[in-house]
Amino acid sequence: MDATTAPLHWSKTRPPPTLLARIFDNKAVLIIACLLPAVGLLSVFLTYPLGLGIYLAFTDTTIGRRGAFVGFENFEYLLTDPIFWNAVFFSVFYTSIATIGKFGLGLWLALLLNQHMPFKSIIRAIILLPWIVPTVLSAIAFWWMFDPQFSIISYVFVDVLGWRETNINFLGSEWPARFSLIGANIWRGIPFVAISLLAGLQTISPSLYEAALLDGASPWQRFRFITFPMLLPILAIVMTFSIIFTFTDFQLVYAITRGGPVNSTHLLATLAFQRGIPGGELGEGAAIAVSMIPFLVFATLFSYYALARRKWQQGEGND
Amino acid sequence: MNVTRRQAAVLGAGTLLATEAGAQAIQAANVPTPNWRIENGATLRMLRPVRFVQPDEEVFRANCARFTAATGVQVRVDFVGWEDINQQTAVTGNTGAGPDLIIGFGDAPHVYADKLVEVTDVAAYLGAKYGGWKRLAERYGKRHGTNNWIGIPFGASGGPLVWRKSAVNEAGFQTIPDDHAGYLRLCQALKRINKPPGFALGNAVGDGNGFANWLIWSFGGKLVNDDGSVGINSRETVAALNYLKELYATFVPGTIAWGDISNNRAYASNELFLTSNGVSLYFSLKNDPATAAIAADTEHTLLPKGLASTSPMAGLTLNGMVFRHSRFPNAAKALLAFLMEAEQYDPWLQANLGYWAQPLNAYGNSAVWRSDPKVSIFRDTMDTAFYNGYSGPITEGTAAANADYVMVQMCASVASGQATPEAAAREAERRAARFFRRRG
Repeated sequence: MDATTAPLHWSKTRPPPTLLARIFDNKAVLIIACLLPAVGLLSVFLTYPLGLGIYLAFTDTTIGRRGAFVGFENFEYLLTDPIFWNAVFFSVFYTSIATIGKFGLGLWLALLLNQHMPFKSIIRAIILLPWIVPTVLSAIAFWWMFDPQFSIISYVFVDVLGWRETNINFLGSEWPARFSLIGANIWRGIPFVAISLLAGLQTISPSLYEAALLDGASPWQRFRFITFPMLLPILAIVMTFSIIFTFTDFQLVYAITRGGPVNSTHLLATLAFQRGIPGGELGEGAAIAVSMIPFLVFATLFSYYALARRKWQQGEGND
Repeated sequence: MNVTRRQAAVLGAGTLLATEAGAQAIQAANVPTPNWRIENGATLRMLRPVRFVQPDEEVFRANCARFTAATGVQVRVDFVGWEDINQQTAVTGNTGAGPDLIIGFGDAPHVYADKLVEVTDVAAYLGAKYGGWKRLAERYGKRHGTNNWIGIPFGASGGPLVWRKSAVNEAGFQTIPDDHAGYLRLCQALKRINKPPGFALGNAVGDGNGFANWLIWSFGGKLVNDDGSVGINSRETVAALNYLKELYATFVPGTIAWGDISNNRAYASNELFLTSNGVSLYFSLKNDPATAAIAADTEHTLLPKGLASTSPMAGLTLNGMVFRHSRFPNAAKALLAFLMEAEQYDPWLQANLGYWAQPLNAYGNSAVWRSDPKVSIFRDTMDTAFYNGYSGPITEGTAAANADYVMVQMCASVASGQATPEAAAREAERRAARFFRRRG
């Protein structure tokens, strides 16, 4: 075949585009077609449950009975409910203290793990263990550790060291129970923070530290002016996630205290479940769950704007 | 397929041979088996709480297999955790899909009354054949104020006092006093000799609710008045809570954090010498050589009557429900009746070692109640006048208040010093009123 004639021949015989091809040549149609699966998935798995939850919060639906629209009645009741306010307080307290604990210890651990040390990989893998173990399993372990009669901590203090005469009643009164749960949450959350921050630490160029050393910077100054600012973007993201995970925690509290003693350790998530499912008040449970949204939005915006949106990240120097 | 009277008689005769001893003990009237016209191609799926002892599950499955052999109806039984059964029943009730039958706890049929098939014919047949239903069975099985049965009670687990004879004797008592003052003196004496009592005051489904109910009922208090109104904020309740302050001082530490198994563990490890529990504690002690001596020293006694006319103890009741969404309601009814027949029920009752007590009078003659003198006290569990929501109608509200631990938390808040008896009673009234606001 003559090489010069072949393209002409092919060009002339090309069939006209089909209707389908012409439709998909349209940019708007193509965009819609590509977005549709994602929009569909989001609608089914995110918008619908969220919308249903918000709808239920404005009804008096109970388990086994369709409810009627009651406006803000559920929210008005919650405003007068001391147990709800107790859950609000503890959710904020739990999240604040646990987050501070997790980030303090997590950052310290990340800095340690970032040093050159023997068996570094094995140690890093071990550090991840609390994060890998299913939450309910670790909750049951803590439940045993906090048991009023059989706690290993009490055993060590009372029978081994002789520092106390009686067992510690970890879960039997308000504040010890709250701090016991916070301790369990910190233990469980540290690996996530530590490994995430370690990843951030490893992106910092060693040349910055070398330059600082030449300038005679102390370890604290190197941390203050290099490590911390460079770590801030990832810190903001990890903190945002950590706050959300901690504020919406359910398994640890439900498995260890079920919200007791006398409702003092209910988080909004556990109270929503308690009222909605065992208590049968689906509308009230949904209202409690919906009331978590403003807190989560605030926490997210705070950590995002306060920590992530700094001018230096856009090359305009640190504010 | 139909289960005819002839088939039922043949089936009954066959199984009688297999359980001759048991069947001889159970008196059954000559009542014809109703002809439930089993739907063509019927299959059934049932949910029930997980076994307490292994033979419970084995005998239950075997009984269902016998139903399949007799009728051709395949039966699938799923055993789920005690905490999960309420959640799964809620999903089934709300979605109108899922198992055909669920064996739930206590007041579950009253929560889902509108979603259930009426089983009055099953109850009437069984009652006529087996000497009538016990008081608690009628209370939980029938829709309030009617003779319409919405559940078939399978049995109830009692929670009497479990105590160490040696400790009580050492404290200067031969047995458990029946009055409040004497009982308090016993508990104080036990505390003095460092062999304390202890009762769950945490969010414990069985033991926590059991203790709180006993305390309030034994002083004449009640969550619900006869007319269905909330009656917890009363002089009687405040008196009970004042008594609790003194009683709690004698408890082993940690009871406010206790779940349902905490007292079992403490009792088995010689930390606790008087509590209330089902027969499970005794059998676990008896069957373990390491704790057999504790079992030998253990006694069961009804909870102190206090000001009540009989010991205020409400059994944790199993209730069989047939859901309206089932395509095979007749097959489901036939299965419920079949499982309650002596040939199936008595072996199952015996397999449970007394953990479940019968809802039908005839089963009071079961060999299980003669198997161990320390078990016989559980036999009459379902004769009690007390139930969740006593003394009003059982409603969704009583179920919700029980599930939300309204009574338990009222007691715990006083015991822990967080609230005065008056304030705790007011708070319990506020919570209960929420649950009862639109429920009759």
